[in-house]
Amino acid sequence: MAEPTSAAANRPEGAERLSEDRRDAMRGEPPFVEAPSEDTRLVRSLKEAAITAGLVAVLTIFFFAFRTDIAVGGLQLSLDPMLWITWVAVAFAARFALSYFVFAGERPTVAGWKKVAASTRGWPVGKVFGVVLLLVALTLPILLSVFLPSQNRYLLDLAILILTYVMLGWGLNIVVGLAGLLDLGYVAFYAVGAYSFALLATNFDLGFWVCLPMAGLFAAMWGIVLGFPVLRLRGDYLAIVTLAFGEIIRIVLLNWYEFTGGPNGILGIPKPTLFGLEFSRGEGSFSDFFGLEYSTIQRFVFLYYIILALALLTNFVTMRMRKLPVGRAWEALREDEIACRSLGINTVNVKLTAFATGAMFGGFAGSFFATRQGFISPESFTFIESAIILAIVVLGGLGSQLGVVIASVVMIGGIELLRNLTGLQAIFGAGFDPTQYRMLIFGLAMVLIMVWKPRGLVSTRSPSAVYKEKKVIGADLVAQGEGH
Amino acid sequence: MQKEHRNWAADPVLSVEHLTMRFGGLVAVDDLSFDVGRGDITALIGPNGAGKTTVFNCVTGFYKPTEGRITLRRDGTVSTEELAELTRGGNQYRKTDKGSIFLLERMADFRITEIAGVARTFQNIRLFGGMTVLENLLVAQHNELMRASNYTIGGLLGLPGYRRAAEAAKEKAVEWLRRVDLLDRADDPAADLPYGAQRRLEIARALCTNPVLLCLDEPAAGLNPRESAELNTLLKSIRDDHGVSVLLIEHDMGVVMEISDHIIVLDYGKKISDGTASAVRNDPKVIAAYLGVDDEEVEEVERDLHVKPGAATAEGGPQ
Amino acid sequence: MEYFLQQLINGVTLGSIYGLIAIGYTMVYGIIGMINFAHGEIFMIGSFIALTVFLALAAIGITFLPLVLLLMVIVAMLCTAGWGWTIERVAYRPLRGSFRLAPLITAIGMSIFLQNFVQVTQGARVKPLPPQIQGGITLMDSPSGIVVQISWMQIIIIAMTVALMTAFSLVISKTSLGRQQRACEQDRKMASLLGVNVDRTISLTFVMGAALAAVAGMMYLLYYGVIDFYIGFIAGVKAFTAAVLGGIGSLPGAMLGGLSIGLIETFWSGYFSVEYKDVAAFSILAIVLIFMPSGLLGRPEVEKV
Repeated sequence: MAEPTSAAANRPEGAERLSEDRRDAMRGEPPFVEAPSEDTRLVRSLKEAAITAGLVAVLTIFFFAFRTDIAVGGLQLSLDPMLWITWVAVAFAARFALSYFVFAGERPTVAGWKKVAASTRGWPVGKVFGVVLLLVALTLPILLSVFLPSQNRYLLDLAILILTYVMLGWGLNIVVGLAGLLDLGYVAFYAVGAYSFALLATNFDLGFWVCLPMAGLFAAMWGIVLGFPVLRLRGDYLAIVTLAFGEIIRIVLLNWYEFTGGPNGILGIPKPTLFGLEFSRGEGSFSDFFGLEYSTIQRFVFLYYIILALALLTNFVTMRMRKLPVGRAWEALREDEIACRSLGINTVNVKLTAFATGAMFGGFAGSFFATRQGFISPESFTFIESAIILAIVVLGGLGSQLGVVIASVVMIGGIELLRNLTGLQAIFGAGFDPTQYRMLIFGLAMVLIMVWKPRGLVSTRSPSAVYKEKKVIGADLVAQGEGH
Repeated sequence: MQKEHRNWAADPVLSVEHLTMRFGGLVAVDDLSFDVGRGDITALIGPNGAGKTTVFNCVTGFYKPTEGRITLRRDGTVSTEELAELTRGGNQYRKTDKGSIFLLERMADFRITEIAGVARTFQNIRLFGGMTVLENLLVAQHNELMRASNYTIGGLLGLPGYRRAAEAAKEKAVEWLRRVDLLDRADDPAADLPYGAQRRLEIARALCTNPVLLCLDEPAAGLNPRESAELNTLLKSIRDDHGVSVLLIEHDMGVVMEISDHIIVLDYGKKISDGTASAVRNDPKVIAAYLGVDDEEVEEVERDLHVKPGAATAEGGPQ
Repeated sequence: MEYFLQQLINGVTLGSIYGLIAIGYTMVYGIIGMINFAHGEIFMIGSFIALTVFLALAAIGITFLPLVLLLMVIVAMLCTAGWGWTIERVAYRPLRGSFRLAPLITAIGMSIFLQNFVQVTQGARVKPLPPQIQGGITLMDSPSGIVVQISWMQIIIIAMTVALMTAFSLVISKTSLGRQQRACEQDRKMASLLGVNVDRTISLTFVMGAALAAVAGMMYLLYYGVIDFYIGFIAGVKAFTAAVLGGIGSLPGAMLGGLSIGLIETFWSGYFSVEYKDVAAFSILAIVLIFMPSGLLGRPEVEKV
């Protein structure tokens, strides 16, 4: 059923089998081998290009050449064969170039990818890079106002968005990366955090700072409530049930009109204050108190530092917990649950703490989201959010804190920047709207990065306790846990 | 037969009584009873498929036995009346000043290790392959460290009590690594170790849970003769220096005969022999089971071996 | 009683569609142990292709309904099967033997990509199609005025599902391809050592799953008369739920799971509330899994120690 190679290689079933598996892994080929072709490189490349083009032609004819639109009197079919032919030609040219220049002489794809993956393993500059990132993050508002004053507000907003995903990624990393439990419904806790804050704030007139810990606690509680029944499940069953729970919570939020406002959501969520100082015009505001000139940017800077602080708190707690028995038990659980039980570890508790801790940080992030937007509705908490957060964790490299940051910047920041690529209109015509292609490219990037680096961008594991010398552990030795 | 000291009858640390384990229609263990003496090395042997690992899984709580009682006497002496009372009641264990007893068949697997003090290894080694050797041993001290870290709160705040406990745990791990000769590999991932070293590491990890009874499932499997000899020394020292009773499953008769104080032989889920190494070695039933002869031929085999019928059959043979 | 019967008929129809999609999930899971998240999108693509074929045929004047339906089915199955093959080749095969989360992420990525691909090329608005097959058989006509009716469309859907299921079970149990698939399911490495072309077998599994999803997509289009680029997600999640409920890896399980989810949904909508029908389906899934961790017909997993 499950891949015999990878599963067995992570588990020392016996020296012989291990070495056998290693040998297989190095060969990177199943024993069934197709007969080598005898064509020359050019002919082969042309053939492959023709096949690819033919395939693209068949697949896309109904999407490029035809288009259905609603018109008077039902659907209308319009034709655009040029678009189709263009793409088929593009496919031919691209495949030919790839076959002729990149895969030259070798069998395509697998071998090529494998080599790239192997040569870039291990990254000694990780720590330095992390420190630099931290420094940049701490001084970002200043850097922006000095170097890019015109884009200041937009970029700051983007940074806030990225940091929100970094925090969510770090929270989910505890569950998926450390404890190895595949959670496809993480957005539920994000929603619980956002709604608890919004409801507390609008119904009881409480401020952000009072509600924040309460929202975190609520989310953690939900983590335990939802975690408890699913702990017996393994692997993909766990994944589908967590997905189902995420959807259930969203549907309830959508339909429980009296309580959550249904699809209209909740409006008028208060903004955070700095020791009671509001970020607005007039008496008692931040600018008034410090005698500054009021500017909307002040509120953005404040929000930026709140999310930065929350994210750093998440990171600090996670790093600290990794070195505590509970964190070590999470990782041990990911490696081998049965061995954990044989050592007297209550795996139910260990899983629950992972769920609850991850959920709590999700809840914090949710409160922040609510206060930043001032408005929330169930639309913000769809499965796609869970998928994006999970993608960030996996693309970054399971269990790697730095990886989450890089993946968030690349995926969220990169995709967001696509909005600005209006220059492409010169190439594709004035009708080209880059925002339309945002998610298209996002999906494609997910596939490409994963194929390029299946273990994520930072795939090594650094040990939580050291006797003499800290050695980085290669990804091939680290298990992914029961949840996968 | 000489009157040897039957420690397992006098002071058993573990008593298995009428243990039966069925999987659907298959009876893997059939009304099995035996004792494991305190401070003994006890071997559970038998042909493949005899039900040895099933017995282990029942003792360590990974399987719930269909029938039977498994009693662990952790320390002190507990009277049979008290045991009977505990069995009648619904409790899992009883701790008094005089001693503590545990009914393992009622307890969850991790509780057996945590409070009853039974640790185990696995036939196909189960290490935390992506964690370092040192980390493996620290995970084994989870419960102690959890308490010391005030269930994470104290640890998060960096309280001195936890820091001391963490240092102590590390020292204990280092000490065990020295004992099993793995100290220079402390910072390597466990999956990178050679097979023999992985076996030793798994034993060291089990010992880090402070057990009174250590259950080893084929510890010598896959070891070369030198490694086997080292294992013998290690097991003896665990028994003699640390006072840990050892129960092991083993196919390597060299290991079994040399170090075992007491041997129990299983075949088809039933006990066919029980006694000292020399007694078992000469038991025709055992020979028959291992050579694979029919019951009718046993006498023939006995004649061939010039053993008086019944002389070597130790107590508890299935007659 | 009449109401109940009518709901039962509707439920079985919906369940048939879920079941057809669920087979694709369950087969892929059985053979390579991954959740093919893009499978719901395959279903959506199938229904779009069917729609386009229908309109194209109408445009060139072919309106003889049986012929139209036949061509729709054939073209949709072939073209969607091509999509299935390509997705496997591009997004999953390079990751074969890699760790298990990687293909899951590429599957989610593929799903996002396909959704947006269709949205970009075909527009985000819903595509309504007026009902093509009308009428049905009145089974009961009670004096209270409630009519129990099974429409021709429902008959076609159920009959088609039964036929495809039967054909499919025969392929799996009788043909050499089915044997190879079952061998790969048991042990891929061993199968390849014995000369089974594992890559080809896996590709064919995707192809077959996609073809079935295309049929489901076409029937969805004809039955509900409205599709958009987003139908794949929700149908996919439901069908995967069905596959898990029935016991993932088991073909009859997929069908049983599909029927259960279809019935739960229709009865819940019919007797309680439409809004919470998904909650009902998901809750039943959670409850079943908690008490029967390998689903209704799945092989129970024995914990090896």
